[in-house]
Amino acid sequence: MRMLIRYKDGDRINHWIVAFLFLCAGLSGLAFFHPSFFFLTAIFGGGVWTRILHPFFGVFMFLGFVGLFFRFWRRNLWKDRDTEWMRRTPTLLKGDEEDMPAVGKNNAGQKIVFWAMGICLCLLLITGVMFWQPWFADGFPIVLRRIAVLIHAFSAAVLILIAIVHIYAAIWVKGSVHAMMRGTVSEAWARKHHLLWYREVTGNDRT
Amino acid sequence: MSSLQSLDIAKRSATTTQSPDARKHVTEVAKLIDVSSCIGCKACQVACMQWNDLRDDVGDNAGTYDNPRDLSAQSWTVMRYSEVEVVENKLEWLIRKDGCMHCEDPGCLKACPSPGAIVKYTNGIVDFISEHCIGCGNCVTGCPFDVPRISKADNKAYKCSLCSDRVGVGLEPACVKACPTGAIRFGAKEDMLDFGAERVADLKERGYEQAGVYDPSGVGGTHVVYVLQHADKPELYHGLPSNPSISPLVWLWKGAAKPLAVAAMIGAVLAGFFHYVKVGPIRTEGGTKDEV
Repeated sequence: MRMLIRYKDGDRINHWIVAFLFLCAGLSGLAFFHPSFFFLTAIFGGGVWTRILHPFFGVFMFLGFVGLFFRFWRRNLWKDRDTEWMRRTPTLLKGDEEDMPAVGKNNAGQKIVFWAMGICLCLLLITGVMFWQPWFADGFPIVLRRIAVLIHAFSAAVLILIAIVHIYAAIWVKGSVHAMMRGTVSEAWARKHHLLWYREVTGNDRT
Repeated sequence: MSSLQSLDIAKRSATTTQSPDARKHVTEVAKLIDVSSCIGCKACQVACMQWNDLRDDVGDNAGTYDNPRDLSAQSWTVMRYSEVEVVENKLEWLIRKDGCMHCEDPGCLKACPSPGAIVKYTNGIVDFISEHCIGCGNCVTGCPFDVPRISKADNKAYKCSLCSDRVGVGLEPACVKACPTGAIRFGAKEDMLDFGAERVADLKERGYEQAGVYDPSGVGGTHVVYVLQHADKPELYHGLPSNPSISPLVWLWKGAAKPLAVAAMIGAVLAGFFHYVKVGPIRTEGGTKDEV
């Protein structure tokens, strides 16, 4: 069976660094998000350590995503066919992929995940710095900090929801996890899910 | 400041269940600060330092009597001196003892993410339990009076405890004990309001038509109340807010939005799980073993 390279070594390593930091930043952030999650501070060595570490997880996650951004931004540019693909997602969710428009390297859902995560991370970074104790918070007026914590909490919630969708999609479409772990997919997989990309990398117009 | 082993906790930060509620007969206390009787001697500041064992750095002179210039982790109360002319050419020197107001509805407690780091006792005192403080600064964000300060030395939040340790054993706060003019009094809130009303009546007789007691309802009332000569313009007193309340931003941040967001996250996970149960995975015929 011929295999195609979908993600290069650097792509995968970069992706999993971001994923791991997302887990750390997400769990440590959730600990402060709602009292029912405060027990998560135990993972990071208690409340004070969680407060100290969370911003660093966040900043490194952002930097990691900058790497992903420059690797992936071109393939995530929105095309007309993506709008059509989005319109037909209800049938896809029924498990029927046959009627979906042909997809390039990334489908519309993947593109939305990419851009939404990027926007959320920018908001999280900017607002997070504004109430980062003990270094930067004092430099901002209290009313600005109030706005910042609100936007921070909101974008974090959106980011987590997107991540849940992202992770589920990977579990749902068999072969995705392997693609991001080992980098390869079969020709059959590429034809089925990313026909335009398949044609591009194989030069084969046969479907 | 310190955790009194107590059943008398009315509110506890980041806690979604009820606090111990066995005792019902605790009197609500209040400290009354009669600005019109204050001579600005700062005995209260010194007594606060002494009792709480605080020593702030020697600051610099900013051209006013305010010293130190602001509240800090080592200065839990500060005299604020305002020179104003309410009536033209009639200078008034308004001296307000600034510090925690001990709100009935404390914004710091609402904003705090660490369970039990901020408590409100049933007697009304709002206290920071420092060993539970994680140093995030949310209390600063939540406070309508800009009172809590994060220590540069240990990254914990500090503020006036209304000498909860002294009050717990039947003593009055240190500042009250030290005040030479009786401008600071302490007792049951009801008694303090009665006394305040007497002072207000007296001030009105002396020509301060707008005298009144400052016990702002926007935060449910406070357990530190002021007698002001110009209660209609509290801003004159070094920017005392005229109608303080917990910011709507803090309400939104700590109110309904969070449970909804948590519900959405859990809902998304469950929706995914049951989608998989109902629809099943998308497999690729003729693919590798990972793909089918």
